Amino acid sequence: MPSPVLEVRGLKKHFVVRRGLFGRESAWVKAVDGVDFAIHPGETLGLIGESGCGKTTTSKLILLQETPTAGSIAFEGRDIAGLAGAELMAYRRAVQVVFQDPFSSLSPRMRVRDIIAEPLEIHTDLARAAIDERVGQVLELVGLTRDVAPLFPHEFSGGQRQRVAIARALATDTRLIVLDEPVSALDVSVRAQIINQLEHLQRTLGVSYLFIGHDLATVAHISHRIAVMYLGKIVESADSDALCARPMHPYTKALFAAALPSRPGDRTESGTIVGEIPSPLSLPTGCRFHPRCPSAMPVCSEAEPSLQRREGAGLVACHLY
Amino acid sequence: MATIPADPRLAVGRATPGRLGVLIKAAREAPLAPLVILGGLVLIALLADLIAPYDPTVPVKGAEMFRPPFWMEGGSVATPLGTDFQSRDILTRLIYGARVSLIVGLMGTLVAGSIGTALGILSGYVGGWVDQIIMRLTDAWLALPAIVFAIFLAAMFGPSMWNIIVILGSVYWTRYARVIRGEVLSLREREFVKLAEIAGASKLRVIKKHILPNVMNTATVLASLTVGVVIIAEASLSFLGVGVPPPQPAWGLMLSEARPTLMTGQWWLTVFPGACILLIVLATQLFGDWLRVRLDPQQRNL
Repeated sequence: MPSPVLEVRGLKKHFVVRRGLFGRESAWVKAVDGVDFAIHPGETLGLIGESGCGKTTTSKLILLQETPTAGSIAFEGRDIAGLAGAELMAYRRAVQVVFQDPFSSLSPRMRVRDIIAEPLEIHTDLARAAIDERVGQVLELVGLTRDVAPLFPHEFSGGQRQRVAIARALATDTRLIVLDEPVSALDVSVRAQIINQLEHLQRTLGVSYLFIGHDLATVAHISHRIAVMYLGKIVESADSDALCARPMHPYTKALFAAALPSRPGDRTESGTIVGEIPSPLSLPTGCRFHPRCPSAMPVCSEAEPSLQRREGAGLVACHLY
Repeated sequence: MATIPADPRLAVGRATPGRLGVLIKAAREAPLAPLVILGGLVLIALLADLIAPYDPTVPVKGAEMFRPPFWMEGGSVATPLGTDFQSRDILTRLIYGARVSLIVGLMGTLVAGSIGTALGILSGYVGGWVDQIIMRLTDAWLALPAIVFAIFLAAMFGPSMWNIIVILGSVYWTRYARVIRGEVLSLREREFVKLAEIAGASKLRVIKKHILPNVMNTATVLASLTVGVVIIAEASLSFLGVGVPPPQPAWGLMLSEARPTLMTGQWWLTVFPGACILLIVLATQLFGDWLRVRLDPQQRNL
């Protein structure tokens, strides 16, 4: 197996929250609490979980928007924590992001040409004509036409805007794109187009994706591997097919149960979870999922399960196995 | 590199009306009265040398002091709005005074706007102790009564029109700093700014390409509302004798010179310059108000 594009080891991000008079009491929010994963060239890793489980914090850590409390992130074998100068710029150039809302991620005052050209202007000293040429190329890559370059974002539909955002992410020789719920804000009919486009781009360009989402069907469709996050930890990870065929962790099962059946007549599995996600300020003892788990046992509230090997080159953290 | 054939269904059309249509629409909604007043005053100020009947600083030959407007007894059409205590023509002085008011108002606002916008962006975008220092400075500045502070500075640097511009600029920048800082704080969290940072854009580039263009609307509206304030301040300073030095014709100075005769019936010495100040300030405020509504992103159809 080739060496991974991105390797995350023991990643933690704890936020301090001050409470009480003069902030004397402090509490910790463990947004990301020991996460490991790797993304290989040309591969898509799906990161799935409820709101507040730490998916977005993980992406911020990868994008150097936050500094980790502990753990390491290595890009092509180099730890990104100490990057500076030319090396940092090389990383900025190779890793891009597409955000959820294409209405706020494109500057309303810039033309599509300038939005897409921005990374090129930062990282290359190409002449205007060469930049225009590259902008035209990536516009065609994402299924738009060259002549939309002089338009403003408000002249596009949501799906088209997201295509512009993807084109921008591809403008430099990008090797990893963090897709932070890229289709959640789009109409269902447009979602499939964007997902297919992303898959096509991956096949032609060999770019890797970290696909963050909460919609199981979408994530399962595009990802080669899936990691399920719950309250800052990965509770189960496996090859996409294996995970969908046989989810093992009760939380993963619950996610599948909550998804709509693919045929209206199909019976959904029972065992849906109850209640809200607990406050990350006061994590449950033992297994973090036990208060909501339909198959909780006495041991679950006492000992935290460690990740065990499971079929499909995967791992699962549950006392059941 | 492989390309995907463009799908014609994805072709994008312009949904906005043409440039001419936008212009016509804007003209129809424009506030007529303030624009006419401001336009007229600008024209008068520009063409003062051509349209003013006399020299504003020397007495009119053959005219007595305190000659009333032409429609009153003892008035003359030669000096339609009367003469002052040095038998200078009031109309001429009003025409040249428009120059002073407009130059001080616009340049003072420009100075205030530049200082305030620069500090506001610095404060909001850099944050941390830079933000703390700038904001505490702003608080301290706001705690000082503006006019008293301006008088103090004017007394220190000496009265001249250009000094007044710099002084008023450095008194009235606080509002910009505060408002622009707030705007920048919210812009900084917007995704397109984050995207630029993730793409490796330097702070300077983010400010130039993303922050500045997005605060210009706010800065413009603030400017249009500041012009009137600065004009009043200039008139006040001139009235108090620390503004534009005599014999230069400034409306505030004319009021000041008419003070000894305020109770003796020569009303034309005060009413005309006073009305001019009122008119210009009212016009700029109305225009600013219209601009505020017009540039409000909520009400503008982007």
